[in-house]
Amino acid sequence: MKPEELLYAETHEWIAVEETGGEKTATLGLSAFAVELLTDLVYIELPTVGQLVEARQPFCVVESVKAVSDVYSPVAGEVVAVNDALPDALETLSADAYGAGWIAKIKISDASGLANLLDFAAYQKQCEEAQ
Amino acid sequence: MNTTTGLQQTPLHDWHAAHGGRLVDFGGWSMPVQYASIVEEHQATRSAVGLFDISHMGRLIVEGEARLQFLDSLLTRRVEDMQPGQIRYSLICNESGGILDDVLAYRIAEAQSEPAELMLVVNASNGEKIVAWLEEHCDGQASIRDATHQRAMLAVQGPQAIGLMGQLFDCDLTAMRYYTGRRAELEGESCYVSRTGYTGEDGCEIICDASVTVAIWDRLATAAEKIGGMAAGLGARDTLRLEAAMPLYGHELSEAINPIQAGLGFAINLRDREFPGRDAITRFRQDGRQPVRIGLQLPGRRVPRQGCPVLDAGQQVGQVTSGTFSPTLEQPIAMAYVNSTAAEQKNLDIDIRGQLTPATVTPLPFYKRDR
Repeated sequence: MKPEELLYAETHEWIAVEETGGEKTATLGLSAFAVELLTDLVYIELPTVGQLVEARQPFCVVESVKAVSDVYSPVAGEVVAVNDALPDALETLSADAYGAGWIAKIKISDASGLANLLDFAAYQKQCEEAQ
Repeated sequence: MNTTTGLQQTPLHDWHAAHGGRLVDFGGWSMPVQYASIVEEHQATRSAVGLFDISHMGRLIVEGEARLQFLDSLLTRRVEDMQPGQIRYSLICNESGGILDDVLAYRIAEAQSEPAELMLVVNASNGEKIVAWLEEHCDGQASIRDATHQRAMLAVQGPQAIGLMGQLFDCDLTAMRYYTGRRAELEGESCYVSRTGYTGEDGCEIICDASVTVAIWDRLATAAEKIGGMAAGLGARDTLRLEAAMPLYGHELSEAINPIQAGLGFAINLRDREFPGRDAITRFRQDGRQPVRIGLQLPGRRVPRQGCPVLDAGQQVGQVTSGTFSPTLEQPIAMAYVNSTAAEQKNLDIDIRGQLTPATVTPLPFYKRDR
C-alpha cells in the first residue's frame, strides 16, 4: 500500500477500503509515525476473527516495555482476518508499516466512521503540529 | 520553571531536548523518559555505563544546632551516630506506620570534628510533602533549606562507572565504600560523589552546583560514548530498578504501606528512640499475617502492570505494584503484595486485562550483578 493513497485516523491508524460485490472491507495498520513513537515493542494482542468492533473503540493492543497502547477501529464491523505473522515478527511494523505490517481486516457494517478520517496531507500536518 | 507547561526544569533540560530526549511530566518536572530506546539504555547501563539526570529529586539541607536529634526524632533510621561521609537509606513514616517517603540521609563532613552538613535526598513527587512534614515537626530545633535548584544530581551507573569517574575526577573511587560519599573535583569544579545508586549496578551519584552541571555532564557523556555508554532516561531507570527489586514510591511504597510488608526492616532502628510510626511498626513486626512483597516471572510477552489482580485458585490474594518486560531476563516480571499464605505458593495467576496468566513466584531480586 502506498501511504499517500491511504486514509488516517487521528489515533494514527491507516485504513485502506476495498469494495467487492457491495461489501466494503477495511484493512488496518499503524502509521510509520506511530510505530516510531512506539519503541521497545514486545507484544501485539491481535483481535480474534469474528470479533465485532465499534467505531473509535479499541480492538487491539500493542505492548511496549513501558506501556500498553490501544489500537482503534475507525469503523464498526466484523474482524474477518488478522495478521498472524505479526506477533512473532514485530519488527515488520517498522520495516513495512503500510504493507506486511497490516494488523487486521474488517468487514464494514457502518461506514459513517470513514467521514472522520484524514487524507495523507492532513494527517502529515497533524503529526507535524504535534511535534 | 517553564511558564507554558508549568513544569520545573533541571539544568540539563535543554541538553535532553537537543539529544532526542522525550520529555514528560514526572512529579511536576519535565524529564526525559528515553532518548532512543529504553531497552538500549538499559542494556548499556548493564554492560558499560548509563548516565542519569536525577536533579528532579529533592535535596533538603537540615540546619541548626539540634539537627541530628531532630532527624533522629522523625526518621525510621538513626542519624545521630552516622559517621562523617556516611549515607543511610531511611523511611519517613506517619503515626500509623504508613510510609511518607523513602530517603537518603547524608552526613557530609570530612572528619568527626567538622560540623556536618545534613542533607536529605527525597523523591521528586514527595518534596513539598516532606518539607511540610519536617517544618511541622521541627519546633525551633532545626530549619530546612531546599537546595534542589542550587544543586543538581546525576547518576553514573554500570560496570564501567567507577573507571569512568576515575578518568574524569581527581581521585580513584575504587576503594570508596558503599553508602559513603566524599568531595571530588572534576577540572577544578568541586562535587560531592557517593557510591550509591538505584540500578543494581556499581556506580556513583554526583551532587554539583547547578551552574556547572552541563559542563560536567558533557564530560561524562563524551567519555561514556567512547566505551559503549550513553545517557539513559527514566524509562530505563525504572526497568533497571525493577530488575534489582528496588521499591518505588507510588508503587511498592505509599502511605497505605508499612515498612514490614515492604520488606524494609533493615531501614528501621527501633531501640531507644521515638519517631512517628514506631509503635505501629512494632505491632506490624509482631503480626505474622502482614502482606508480603513478592517477585513474579511470567512466560510469553504479555506484561503485568500496576493494579493487576493476583489470584490463587480463582481467589484474589493481592495486586501487582510494578511490572515490565525485563530486558535482561527477556520475559515479563512484576512485584506484588500478596497475603502471607499466597506468598508461600510456587505459582500464582495474574489477571492481565481480563486474561488469567500463570506466573512463577520468584525470590527477589530478579537480577544481581557479578561482584
